[in-house]
Amino acid sequence: MLYNAKYIIPGLVVAVAAFTAPFWLNIGTPSYTYPDVAVPTGEDSKQCVEPKEWMRTQHMTLLNTWRDEAVRFDKRTYVATDGKKWDISLQNTCLGCHANKVDFCDKCHNSNNVQPYCWNCHVAPKGNE
Amino acid sequence: MIVSFVAALLIGLAAWTGSQAGLQYLFGMALPLLAVVVFIGGMIWRVLYWAKSPVPFAIPTTGGQERSLDWIKPARLDTPMTKAGVVGRMLLEVLLFRSLFRNTTTRVDPQNMRITYFSSKWLWLFALLFHYCFLVTFIRHFRFFLEPVPVCLEWVEFFDGILQVGVPTLFLSNVLIVCALLFLFLRRIVNPKLRYISMANDYFPLFLIMGLVGTGICMRYFDKLDVAQAKVFIMGIVHFSPQSVEGLNPLFFTHLTFLSVLLIIFPFSKLVHMGGVFLSPTRNLPCNTRQVRHVNPWNKPTVFHTYAEYEDDFREPMAEAGLPLEISLEEAQAHDNEKSGKPVEPASAQ
Amino acid sequence: MAKLPKPEELMAGRPPFPAKGWMNTKPEFKAGNFCYPAKVEIMEGMHMPHPHEWRPDEEDWHLPENWEEIIYNGLKERLAKHRSLKVFLDSCVRCGACADKCHFFIGTNDPKNMPVLRAELLRSVYRKDFTLVGKLLGKVVGARKLDKNVIKEWFFYAYQCTECRRCSLFCPYGIDTAEITAIVRELLYELGLGINWVMEPVSNCNRTGNHIGLQPHALKDIIEFLCDDIETITGIRINPPLNEKGHEVLFITPSGDVFADPGIYTFMGYLMLFHEIGLDYTLSTYASEGGNFGSFVSFDMAKKLNAKMYAEAKRLGAKWILGGECGHMWRVVNQYMATYNGPAPDNMITPVSPITGTVFKHAAATKMIHIAEFTADLIKHGKLNLKPERNNHIITTYHDSCNPARAMGLLEEPRSILRAVCNNFVEMPPNTIREQTFCCGSGSGLNTEEIMELRLRGGMPRGNALRYVQQKNDVNWLTCICALDRAVLPTVANYWAPGVTVSGLHELVANALVMKGEIPRTMDLRQEDLPEPDVDESAASGEEDA
Repeated sequence: MLYNAKYIIPGLVVAVAAFTAPFWLNIGTPSYTYPDVAVPTGEDSKQCVEPKEWMRTQHMTLLNTWRDEAVRFDKRTYVATDGKKWDISLQNTCLGCHANKVDFCDKCHNSNNVQPYCWNCHVAPKGNE
Repeated sequence: MIVSFVAALLIGLAAWTGSQAGLQYLFGMALPLLAVVVFIGGMIWRVLYWAKSPVPFAIPTTGGQERSLDWIKPARLDTPMTKAGVVGRMLLEVLLFRSLFRNTTTRVDPQNMRITYFSSKWLWLFALLFHYCFLVTFIRHFRFFLEPVPVCLEWVEFFDGILQVGVPTLFLSNVLIVCALLFLFLRRIVNPKLRYISMANDYFPLFLIMGLVGTGICMRYFDKLDVAQAKVFIMGIVHFSPQSVEGLNPLFFTHLTFLSVLLIIFPFSKLVHMGGVFLSPTRNLPCNTRQVRHVNPWNKPTVFHTYAEYEDDFREPMAEAGLPLEISLEEAQAHDNEKSGKPVEPASAQ
Repeated sequence: MAKLPKPEELMAGRPPFPAKGWMNTKPEFKAGNFCYPAKVEIMEGMHMPHPHEWRPDEEDWHLPENWEEIIYNGLKERLAKHRSLKVFLDSCVRCGACADKCHFFIGTNDPKNMPVLRAELLRSVYRKDFTLVGKLLGKVVGARKLDKNVIKEWFFYAYQCTECRRCSLFCPYGIDTAEITAIVRELLYELGLGINWVMEPVSNCNRTGNHIGLQPHALKDIIEFLCDDIETITGIRINPPLNEKGHEVLFITPSGDVFADPGIYTFMGYLMLFHEIGLDYTLSTYASEGGNFGSFVSFDMAKKLNAKMYAEAKRLGAKWILGGECGHMWRVVNQYMATYNGPAPDNMITPVSPITGTVFKHAAATKMIHIAEFTADLIKHGKLNLKPERNNHIITTYHDSCNPARAMGLLEEPRSILRAVCNNFVEMPPNTIREQTFCCGSGSGLNTEEIMELRLRGGMPRGNALRYVQQKNDVNWLTCICALDRAVLPTVANYWAPGVTVSGLHELVANALVMKGEIPRTMDLRQEDLPEPDVDESAASGEEDA
């Protein structure tokens, strides 16, 4: 015997629905795969400034460091772990290869709800169009 | 406290080392799924356990003026007389911790023979911060469960990171929840009253949440996680099709383990206050107990010392004192005689 | 009675917290800190379970053989009957918001008087016997095995709680210690453990209709005696109807009001007011108790004693009931009566003031209103001729009784009356009045002599607030609307704020009330000279004529 069921049961239903949302919201949705980002193009497109795995988790830190060094300290050269030297420049170095913002940056960022404020100042590349 | 700390530490260590020793699916998938089942099932069980007992009496605590005479302003939210008022009171209680907002500190000063009461809203402030930060964090995490990410989550992240400090953007909720946790922990250590009443089961959830928050913050700002890969793994869980764990940060599994343990103990610890707050009869009932009769399902038949019995006890002195009687002294005597078999003396009054 | 320390000593001498944790400390019963056990014949007379001889300060309490089973089953039964108990036992997070809200904690500094720990005394046993985690993990999660010391602890602390519910106001989950205390006391009664100061009035009330055991003719005598005093003061003879059928209103007030100073003056005040407005009412000797000490024993006992009110209203054909100034009476009447013994008898109607026509819709179910509501309405409608100047020598403050404040919300009605009948009204500090009011320290059946020091400790916050306005605003009077307050606050005031007089609200009303045909008043209801006696206009004009 339950008392005040007319309040308690709907309350429970709402609470359970909220907490199980990740499961039932995904019923019937296609299985999720790693964002299929655009393959880099351009001269040095074989090798990024640092290894791919490192770039995946640390690119935002690198970009942040680059920005500070370039803007605040006028330092324009980055020496990578493997000793190679790179121009500190988003426009020229990064976007030189990753020219497609929509298919490279945005794909991953949108999928993971990341909203970098790079493009508040920088001109977004139009990509391979 | 030590016991709780060690327990939480061991849980974290086990998950951290375990996930490096190939037990990622255990800590990252089996345990979280089990935890969700225990949490949901346990909380349903807990609420139904409460619901099985009736509320025999309406005992709302009145926090202000009742509604009686037209010209006296009632406290519609602190002493609600209507259902709408009760809803308002409950919303204030659940969303803004209305009762805790009243909190005071008492200081007894024997030198000056004075007791003073200070408004003390720190507990209210930090408790509110803690709960809201937790909620915001919970909501933010839906980015890992949904594809595409709904726009409202973008707004949440935007406002949470509105200071635009650093990359990844520093979340206000991260900073505040750490402050709130430290406050909630330190007051238990520093305040002698709190220290005296706190038990292992008060510290344990705190340590678990510290672990949970700590690993989360660590993965965002320091020992970074490939969130894109984490999302693939998490979406694999909610689609019930396991994905590769290769290369995922062990902290990720530690994070999930802290969460899982928290969820598992939830229905069996003080954390059930999440549901209990809705079912407290001193808050969720209208203060109209003289206007509308509250029915007690187990109300027993009324057995009491009746007026007839009372009059039987005191008939003589009552008659002497000239108090009105249901059965006059003469009638009662006649009745007594009848019962005891003595002959009735008719016309004795004549 | 042990010698009382001076107020300064009592305040300074509050012991520090024990070094050991609360599970490892035991209460020390010694003369003066416990209430005397209920007499066996009284327990038997009221058909209470397991009446037996025992003393709290003796090692062996002579519990029934199967006492553990009794408690287990008793707790199980109550968990099934009261959702409040389950939710309150499960939900506490020990945030400590309640800790320094309790007057007994403030007065004793005993950590187990923090409401959270008082509840923990029961909660720990609940965890052990009724929760899986408690069974498995024991002490680590605050679960402990029930033993005889736990029973002693329950007794010690359940009778250091006046069920005032101040803690419940501050608790974020509304956990109500009164509920916990009431249920612990019920459990103790199941083992035959009760206190005489509660059981004797209960037994009296059951048989004679009132706590103090006044038999009908004695009650009539006392009322006549009080009417003699009224005649002396006002020159008006009042003959209040007793047990008469066919009157519109049945008036019920706590019997304390006819029994002792200063309650009697409040009672005289009621009678004078009713006479002046020509209220069609009757008193009852059978239902001559507004209070309900049964509510300090068990829910069933409260119901049993309360049943007389409706029964008598039905027998006498009263249309509605007017209730006097009382505290816990109004907790029962406002929150329990309709549930216990309602619906009200068919002959009753929603109370309507015969003088002003005001319909008291908020009492549509119980058909019972508080005299403060009734009088406030009279005054608002200008139906009373008042001379508040007669109370000019009084600078009063107002003590909200716990139950009317926190179980009813009766805050403004008495204040509006007080402002109308007394020109000097000062509030005590805001955190000690209205819904945050402090208990007198002797409520819920603890107003017994043998625990005087404890009562004064419990009364410390109230006494201190009173002392504050006494020093700051020259307050010399404390008005209250509770019979227990009138019985115990004089002692509290005399100890913490000597020189403050305690009275009921309607004593001041009657002092100020100008009655038709009264003689010029030269004295107040206590027959003390009025500093500014009424000018005798007829006498003055008479002299001129001569």
